[in-house]
Order: sequence, then structure tokens, then C-alpha cells
Amino acid sequence: MLKTRVIPTLLWKDLGLVKGIGFDSWRRVGTVLPSIKVYNTREVDELILVDITATGEAREPDYDSVEEFCAECFVPLTVGGGISSMDHITRLLRAGADKVSINSAAYSRPTLVQEASARFGAQCIVASIDARRMPDGSLECHSHRGSRPERRHPADWAVELEKLGAGEILITSIDRDGTMLGYDLELIQELTAVVTIPVIASGGAGNYNHMLHAVRDAGASAVAAASIFHFTEQTPLEAKKHLDAHGIPVRLLA
Amino acid sequence: MNVLIIDYGMSNLGSVRRAFEECGADVSVSADPADLDQAERIVLPGVGAFPDGMAHLNAAGWPEKLRQTLANPDIHLLGICLGMQLLAAKGHENGETVGLGLIPGEVARLDPGNTKERIPHVGWNEVHFTRPHLLTDGIKDGTDFYFVHSYHFRTAVATHALASTPYCGGFSSIVCAGNVMGAQFHPEKSSRPGFQIIRNFLTC
Repeated sequence: MLKTRVIPTLLWKDLGLVKGIGFDSWRRVGTVLPSIKVYNTREVDELILVDITATGEAREPDYDSVEEFCAECFVPLTVGGGISSMDHITRLLRAGADKVSINSAAYSRPTLVQEASARFGAQCIVASIDARRMPDGSLECHSHRGSRPERRHPADWAVELEKLGAGEILITSIDRDGTMLGYDLELIQELTAVVTIPVIASGGAGNYNHMLHAVRDAGASAVAAASIFHFTEQTPLEAKKHLDAHGIPVRLLA
Repeated sequence: MNVLIIDYGMSNLGSVRRAFEECGADVSVSADPADLDQAERIVLPGVGAFPDGMAHLNAAGWPEKLRQTLANPDIHLLGICLGMQLLAAKGHENGETVGLGLIPGEVARLDPGNTKERIPHVGWNEVHFTRPHLLTDGIKDGTDFYFVHSYHFRTAVATHALASTPYCGGFSSIVCAGNVMGAQFHPEKSSRPGFQIIRNFLTC
């Protein structure tokens, strides 16, 4: 049976590992390479590594650093941040990334997702959506690390991204990000109901029950989390034991 | 052990190279089929679509040289993910494409049995062995490996399937015909069990 994945998200800025709240107030929480080594030793299901300043600084991915990180990573690694061309993707895969996550560039140039999927296969392209709840409660996609409204509803955009060839959707609630108040289950549910590709829930995990809800109640295929692993004693393995105890298939190491 | 990783522009090359190095192989990455003469083990990695994969291999002249090289039974090849699928005679991704034809069979899209089975098949899933083989030596039956794919290899000869995985009615997750082997999962990304497969491939 296919296992539900628990995925630590590593946000990376100026070679430091950071974590914020609501895509803001960044705190330094460590360094990237040692964290990757630890997660590799613990044999986590997968890792997501995002360079959070690349797009804002209009620069391309830092391939040398990615290569250095990947050299110690023998679990699946998705790399995101600043990807806006086919060449960026080719170079990241060469550096050791297994999948790439595309966010801001997809709004201005949806064909990038299409071309990348045709060339590298849908399974290689993770489309990342950052969604914010507006004052009236409606949901709206935001690009450029949450700073630019895109006038699209996340579920509609997810359907479009699937049509363009995305292999997975990483949906992050900007409002819940870093709060540890739980995932935005309604948001996740809206997406899992309309796409047939796997959806990774992100933004807000504060305890193992939040993960259980995202999977069991909102239909997520995987849960991504950062703060819970940076700021508490909770671990991916314990998270999976909790899911397992509630009947969710997970990969528990032999 | 001299391992040649085929560079045809469509792979997570970095990942594959690092994993084989970590397992003690003497690795070279090459875009030139002439380098096959020095190889004891050949790895055909792959992330991407079947037609593009074959187009790239054909353009560089790999298929014929691979067939010549693999006529020597002591030289073994491991295809990974798309690299395994390209071993087939034919692929059905975005139309019909002739494959390398090193293992009889065809590559077809996974057919979900229910709406819970999302495509691509992404994540860790069990690998159940259909018979013992040196490639899977020392690995417990039912061990989880990391998959990420939408298509699967249907072998024409049942015994060419060394393992199966329960998704979309079950598909072949390891194939083998003599010295040509393939894994649908990513051994380079499957932690310890993946390394065991790689070490077995280097010594079998």
C-alpha cells in the first residue's frame, strides 16, 4: 500500500535555515547542511528545500549550494525558489534535486509547467500554491512569497496546474504558516476534491493530530511541516507512529 | 567496479552519481557511447517522458552501442525509473514510441482502480519479490522503496518480473532479463534498502 508521507520543509535564506510566521518575521533556526544530514540519517520520507529569497531578489537558484546539500541527501529532495526557466530545472536536477517546485513563475508563464512536464515528466514537477484568506473569507493565490495577489482561486489554479502537467500540488496556507494552529483543512479539502494528482498539505502543523486531520479528513497524500520540527520535540517518525495508530498507512522503519 | 552512468540530458544525475559513489563504485558520467567499452556496470537513469528519452538516446547513438556491449553477459545494466521503462520494446506515453527492446514488453499508463489511487504514484510503497535474485539479496520481502511515476512496465515474459508493487492492481517494480535489470523505484533515494540494491547490482 502507498504510504502517507511526512515531509520536513527546510526554508533557506543566505545559507541559514529560517522559519517565519505568515511568510514574515523570519527567525534563524539553524544551518542547512547539518539539518539535511540529520534528516538523512533518520531516513525521512522526503524533504522540501526552498530558497525563499531567490524570486524576490530576481536571481536564479544557487546550484553550487544545492549540489553541496544534495551530496549528503539520499532521500527524495524537492528543491524550490527562483525557478523560472527550463535551464534552471536542468541544472537543479544535475545538482542533485529529484523534483522541483514551481510557484511564482507559473502565474506569469504557465507554459513553463507544461514544457517542464513534457520534458522531465509530470512526476518531477511539484506546483506550489500559496493561498491567503481575504477579509471576506474567500481564498486567493499569492506569488512572490505571499506578497503579490494573483486574482485566482487556489482550487481553480490547482485544476489548471494539473492540466498543464504538474505531478503534485504543494498547497500552503499563508495565514496558518508558522502559527502551529493546524492546517487550513477547508483549503486542502477544496483542492483534493478537484484534482487527481497528489496534494501535499502545508502551513500550520503544530501537533500530530493536525497531520492526521489533513490526511484523514481533508484527503492530503502527504503532510509538510517546518515549525513543529524546528521549535518542538516532535519528530517525523513520531508523527508517523501517530498516523499509524489511527489506521493511516505510513512507512515505519524496520 | 567501473560504473558508467549514461548522461542523455534527462536525469537526476547528481543523485544517482552520489549514491553509487557512496556504495563504493568508481563512477563516470558520460554522454559518449564510446565510453561503454570501459564499463563493467552501466546505469541508465531517467526522469522524464518516454518519447523524449528515446529521442535523446537515439540522437547520441546509444541503442546500437548498448546492444553490442550487453552481448557480453558479464556486463550488467540497471535502468532506473524511466531508464527501466526505456528497456521495453515499446512505450505508450504521448503516443507510441519504439524503446530499446532489451526486455520484451510495453510501457503503459497506470490505471487507477479507484479514486483514492492518485496518479502519479508518488511515495513509499512495498516491493514484493516474485522469486529470489542476487539483485534483491538481503532485502526483506515487502520493504518500502520510493516511487514517482505514472507509467509501468508490462513484461511480455512473466518471469522477467522480479518483484511487484500493490498499486493500480499491481505492477512490476523490478524487471530482469539476463544481464539487463531495471527498477521502477529510485534506489538512489530509498535510503538503506536502496543502497542494498545498488551494492547487490555492483557485485551480482
